[in-house]
Amino acid sequence: MDVMPKWAEVVLVPLISLLLASILSAIVILAIGENPWDALMLMIDGALGSTYGWGYTLYYATNFIFTGLAVAIAFHARMFNIGGEGQAMLGGLGVALVCLYIPWPHWSLALLGASVSAAIFGAAWATIPAFLQAKRGSHIVITTIMFNFIAAALLNFLLIGALKPTGSMEPATGKFPETTHLPSFQDMFSTADNVMFRGAPANISFFVAVAACFALWFLIWRTRLGYEIRAFGHSESAAKYAGISPTKIIMIAMMISGALAGMMAINNVMGEAERLVLNAVEGAGFIGIAVALMGRSHPFGVFLAALLFGFLYQGGAELALWTSIPRELIVVIQALVILFTGALDNMVRMPLERIFLAFRKPAKGA
Amino acid sequence: MSETAPAIELKGISKAFGPVQANKDISIRVMPGTIHGIIGENGAGKSTLMSILYGFYKADAGEIWISGQKTTIPDSQAAIAAGIGMVFQHFKLVENFTVLENVVLGAEDGALLRPSLAKARRELKALAEEYELNVDPDALIEDIGVGMQQRVEILKALYRQADILILDEPTGVLTPAEADQLFRILERLKEEGKTIILITHKLREIMDTTDTVSVMRRGEMTATVKTSETSPPELAELMVGRKVLLRVEKKPAEVGDKILEVQNLNVTDEKGVHRVKDVSFDVKAGEILGIAGVAGNGQSELLEVLGGYEKATGSIKVNGQEIDLTGAKSDGRSRRERGISHVPEDRQSEGLIMDYMAWENVAFGYHHDDRYNKGIRMDNAAIRADTEAKMERFDVRPPNPKLAAKSFSGGNQQKIVLAREIERNPDLLLIGQPTRGVDIGAIEFIHQQIVALRDQGKAILLVSVELEEILSLSDRIAVMFDGRIMGERMPDQTDEKELGLLMAGMTKGAA
Repeated sequence: MDVMPKWAEVVLVPLISLLLASILSAIVILAIGENPWDALMLMIDGALGSTYGWGYTLYYATNFIFTGLAVAIAFHARMFNIGGEGQAMLGGLGVALVCLYIPWPHWSLALLGASVSAAIFGAAWATIPAFLQAKRGSHIVITTIMFNFIAAALLNFLLIGALKPTGSMEPATGKFPETTHLPSFQDMFSTADNVMFRGAPANISFFVAVAACFALWFLIWRTRLGYEIRAFGHSESAAKYAGISPTKIIMIAMMISGALAGMMAINNVMGEAERLVLNAVEGAGFIGIAVALMGRSHPFGVFLAALLFGFLYQGGAELALWTSIPRELIVVIQALVILFTGALDNMVRMPLERIFLAFRKPAKGA
Repeated sequence: MSETAPAIELKGISKAFGPVQANKDISIRVMPGTIHGIIGENGAGKSTLMSILYGFYKADAGEIWISGQKTTIPDSQAAIAAGIGMVFQHFKLVENFTVLENVVLGAEDGALLRPSLAKARRELKALAEEYELNVDPDALIEDIGVGMQQRVEILKALYRQADILILDEPTGVLTPAEADQLFRILERLKEEGKTIILITHKLREIMDTTDTVSVMRRGEMTATVKTSETSPPELAELMVGRKVLLRVEKKPAEVGDKILEVQNLNVTDEKGVHRVKDVSFDVKAGEILGIAGVAGNGQSELLEVLGGYEKATGSIKVNGQEIDLTGAKSDGRSRRERGISHVPEDRQSEGLIMDYMAWENVAFGYHHDDRYNKGIRMDNAAIRADTEAKMERFDVRPPNPKLAAKSFSGGNQQKIVLAREIERNPDLLLIGQPTRGVDIGAIEFIHQQIVALRDQGKAILLVSVELEEILSLSDRIAVMFDGRIMGERMPDQTDEKELGLLMAGMTKGAA
């Protein structure tokens, strides 16, 4: 028997965690000498007050959906993939190669090709740590984080060498051709007399991310593979008993994870920058961990948490622009959210469970 | 309040975990210098009660009186100070420490070890003489047997001046001979004036050793009687709340062709330990082959090989056809396709996913079956319907397919596994410790199901550490010791004594 009803588990616990994180953040803002309420209003206005703000919020959220899903699927196999950063970098390389060297007739085909390529590159980058884990027992946390550094070095090497257009002084590829440019929200939603999302980077890959949420949900809860992944995640010994191969599950779960992280590149590389630059990922791989934790590894939870972090990101940028609150404070707020939703989960959960029990006992006697 | 003061008296102890009332208004008097048995099914509240007495839990209500004095026991330190010693089912010893070091651990006199050790050595010697508890103080724990390890636990308690000794299911890991030794020690302790509380679910131990017995059921103390004035059927009825068949009723076996043939099977585990040594046997249709033995003598590995998740050399044939022992087809799925069903020894870590709902567990291992799938989707509705039907036939309570496996009692969890494996209609059923941690009421049902499957002409390989279970269910008995089969016996031509000797590795005197 579960102690708490499901809604409390899914909604109440993260909300309270979030509230606690906000209160602490408010104290920090007070200490800086700014008004927390004004700061919150500024964030809300900046991130959600206009289609322009929404365009940024959703752009960031798209990144976080992909990396959050990547961490979530690995969590289901009890695997802690903190290599989303590196896998997303490699995904960017996949996108760049496909966009630069294949003449695409239309953006839709280019999107398809780039998605597949990004997924393959991301998955390949996750395969090596997965193999080391499955066959040699090398801990996935250690190997994936080391692969982030290798990925960064590899990209550095390529962007100052083979992929840099001759004569360019910048560690970046050349601009992708026109036919690979994805429609932005501005292109999609503006009418002749009403321009929406002006200049904002949100683009069609947001919908690919939403589709990925549904696809992953279906995979985890409706297919044999998802059933096996979850079974393995709950109990390796039971999985072996049932004839589920640990090697197979580790490899497949990590490849799906890497593929999702890699696919982030269709948003930031193909949709926004339209070329591959150094440090294109900007820490989204790590934020995916917080997103997955907060979303309880459920694709829809990940979607909501990604929106929240998108809001924090965009709102934080606005704060830095208009107040003396440094942008780094947003990192503090994010860290607090991670701390409360992940590490201190039980701090919120235990008192809540006690409250629910206290309410249930008299109900039972009646 | 002088002579007749009970060593321990509990008055109106209650303890609830959330909505579960683990102990309800329990009162008990344990007289000094007696062996007092506490018997009850799993989940009856025995362990909770003892944990309260040992300071692990705090009672919601009630009083604890020790030797006529009202006391509170907030933690185990206080329990030790009050003269209570506890021997847990799973020993709490440091494997790579010596006996002496383990005895001293936590009871050191100062920062320097040497004086404590010297003192402990003297006292151990005195204790050994007084209670005939001989143990080599310099032996490493990992080098001595389980029976010896248990003695160390008892010594630890005595070293801390325990007058009251609580033993939780002490014979679970012992051979019958070791258990007899233990009971002699307990007898001796009693003569010296110690008070002993023996917690067990084995009726025979209660009858053989205790002076008084208290029966617990569903958190309540249902009766306290003098052992000499009661009988096993009466105790069983008090435990379960209804009449129980203690003996399995079965017809003579109608034995058919060989279903399983094992030849020269050898298993070496990951650490390089040779677990199963040159084992050969067969199981025929319509018979139950029981494998007896103390836990850890290769039976588990044997089951794992047959179940497909441990590698081995040698040969295993099912229905006359060789099965793969090392290659790609040596997994659980391939075994199931060959008509082998497996109820594993440990349902919590192997047979079930405790966080999966009952219906998800019913498909577990068979999730590739056509009946559970619709294209790439799993047919969850079909699995749920099948689960409902199975729960009804196997009387699983509560019959709710959407409840997580961990929410069921041990007996009902086992019924879920049994329903899944038996209803697959296998040619060969592997079943390990079918009634471990299962209450008496469910044991009866599980035994009936196993016999019914045998009567349908299926081959059954039964592994159990409960000798009584082996004797009452098996049509043929093989005894394993140190990875070898020491011999085969027919149940009506042997007894616990002879099997006990084989289980301890002695073949002499056993013709």
